[in-house]
Amino acid sequence: MSVETTKQVSDEHPMEHLLRMDRIPHIWCSTCGLGTTVRALAEALEQLEIDHDKVAVVSGIGCTGRVAGYLKLDSFHTTHGRAVPFAMGLHIARPDMKVIVFSGDGDLVSIGGNHFIHTARRNIDITVICVNNFIYAMTGGQVAPTTPIRARSKTTPYGNYETPFNIPLLAASSGAVYVARWTALHVRRMAMSFAEAISKRGFSLVEVIAPCSTLYARLNKLGTGLSLMKFYHDNSEIRHGADLNDIAIDYQSKIVVGKFLDVEKPTYLDALNHHNAGIFGDKYKPYGGGNGSD
Amino acid sequence: MKADPQNVLTGAHYLDGNYAIAEGAIAAGCKFFAGYPITPSTEIAERVSRRFPLIGGIFVQMEDELASMAAILGASWGGKKSMSCTSGPGFSLMMENFGLGIMLETPCVLVNVQRGGPSTGLPTLPGQADMMQARWGSHGDYEVIALAPDSPQEGFELTIHAFNLSEKYRMPVLLMTDECVGHMTEKVIIPPPEEIELIERRYTDKKPGEAWPYQENELISPMLPVGEGYKFHITGLTHDYRGYPVINAEAQAENVDRLMAKVKENVDDLTWLEEKDVEDAEVVVVSYGISSRVVQPAIAKAREEGIKVGQIKMVTVWPFPEKRIRELAGKVKALIMVEMNYGQVYLEMDRCAAGRCETYICGHAGGTVHDPGSVYSTIKDAVK
Ligand code: SF4
Repeated sequence: MSVETTKQVSDEHPMEHLLRMDRIPHIWCSTCGLGTTVRALAEALEQLEIDHDKVAVVSGIGCTGRVAGYLKLDSFHTTHGRAVPFAMGLHIARPDMKVIVFSGDGDLVSIGGNHFIHTARRNIDITVICVNNFIYAMTGGQVAPTTPIRARSKTTPYGNYETPFNIPLLAASSGAVYVARWTALHVRRMAMSFAEAISKRGFSLVEVIAPCSTLYARLNKLGTGLSLMKFYHDNSEIRHGADLNDIAIDYQSKIVVGKFLDVEKPTYLDALNHHNAGIFGDKYKPYGGGNGSD
Repeated sequence: MKADPQNVLTGAHYLDGNYAIAEGAIAAGCKFFAGYPITPSTEIAERVSRRFPLIGGIFVQMEDELASMAAILGASWGGKKSMSCTSGPGFSLMMENFGLGIMLETPCVLVNVQRGGPSTGLPTLPGQADMMQARWGSHGDYEVIALAPDSPQEGFELTIHAFNLSEKYRMPVLLMTDECVGHMTEKVIIPPPEEIELIERRYTDKKPGEAWPYQENELISPMLPVGEGYKFHITGLTHDYRGYPVINAEAQAENVDRLMAKVKENVDDLTWLEEKDVEDAEVVVVSYGISSRVVQPAIAKAREEGIKVGQIKMVTVWPFPEKRIRELAGKVKALIMVEMNYGQVYLEMDRCAAGRCETYICGHAGGTVHDPGSVYSTIKDAVK
């Protein structure tokens, strides 16, 4: 469920060239945490000074899954949970491009959980931006595998009692080479992390803790989207390199943010080329040069 | 365009159907294969993984079939000819993103080496009971193209044909074979590359800013390449020619009508039947894949006895050769469908016969090919 916004966006959006202005107004609720997150990605793409023709965005299903539809890049709105394997196929076909998966917590670590861990394990050179709002928003506010214990949702009307995923720990232990977390109000730091993640060779993950104003905030009586966004920001603690076992998120308590992991590892294609060159010698032509059309 | 010589193992080989399918894919220029092991299809993946490294292809063994189907769509949009192979249980999982492939209009090939079902069924034994799943397995209204090889030789040839059709019609194409063809070893002649005709992908000749993923009023639009500044959007949601979601009944009608029209308006081009002794026949045996070979001794025996039996082998099962069946129904006494299921494609044949002749199903639950005796007795029943 997402409420149509009728409010007019100012005439000249500073990131206009990166947005599909012909699709504005967007479907997101006002003060949803998605707005700042999309803006941070646009800023990161500006900072990087990369050819935007060579950047693709892939989304799954959900409120966050709609991001692909608003970015003026080659953009793919796929099926629920399958953004990551779709992106993997796209990346392997076009290793010269930057492929970014932009999706939500339910899409990526519930229905897409198996793909998430295996793509991290293979160290596929893509960037995953996971907007975690602790709930299934598009379908109206049901419990997610990220919902903190005690938080209410439409399907945990008396509060959640299932242990949620610690997404950075899941990514790192599966094989990611870059892992960071910010809240939706850490706009500059988030943009910097996005830029680092996109530049990083290998599977990179940035988790963004964002308020769902319409459902999570309302069902849990946590005020407006804006006040919840501020709460997340003000109750966060920057701890770069934190022990990932210590950063699980409890209901309305401290959120550890920062860059947790930044290591070097051969990517999937590095490993494939290195291995095959060893086996076949000169007969082997390394895969992934040029536009991959060979 | 002709096949690339580096991809083609020209010559006479003894290959099983699965290997022949792999060689067909490679000859067609397939460069991306994502799959998950499943009996009795796995040899296709094994052959591809062995052949790919030195010809610039990438094989990825995926975590499951959901991911396999998603990955080949992504790779196809990245510009690669791509494919996957599976059997019943994996086919069920692939139906989700098969639908996405239909909706995004993505060329790729999916092979189902059918075994007995439902559920885990008979992993090592043949069946043809996924034919209606091939037709209707993903949700929503759409049309499909499905081919059925009867031998390793046809496995090779029809895989190339499947890739060609997928590019021509800009959609996933199904190769519906079975355990028997997959594991049967026969002579396969692989022609020289200059004799293999390939249909290459059609890309737009319009400039970025002027081209959309689905051009207005065009049945089959040329594709837009990624990474070239088109900055296009595509979605599994109902969409307009721009690829933008539009959630209303008019857009739905326009979108779905066009997806169906691509196939419906080209049924004549897609229909591929092999007919024998049909002209004077009073009974015609219709079948596809391995069943179309098994029926032959029964037909021969009946003809020896003076019964006028003809045969139709459907190389293309979907779209169903409706026109031809209607025509025949007005001429013959009976049509007999022989298939390794309890009458899936039979239902289509019976519908098209529309009561103008008798129709019979000679079917069983799978696990073995037909006993020609059962086909013979169905022919006898039909002429009684
Ligand atoms: S996540 Fe919540 S606040 Fe944001 S668009 Fe969806 S329903 Fe609205």
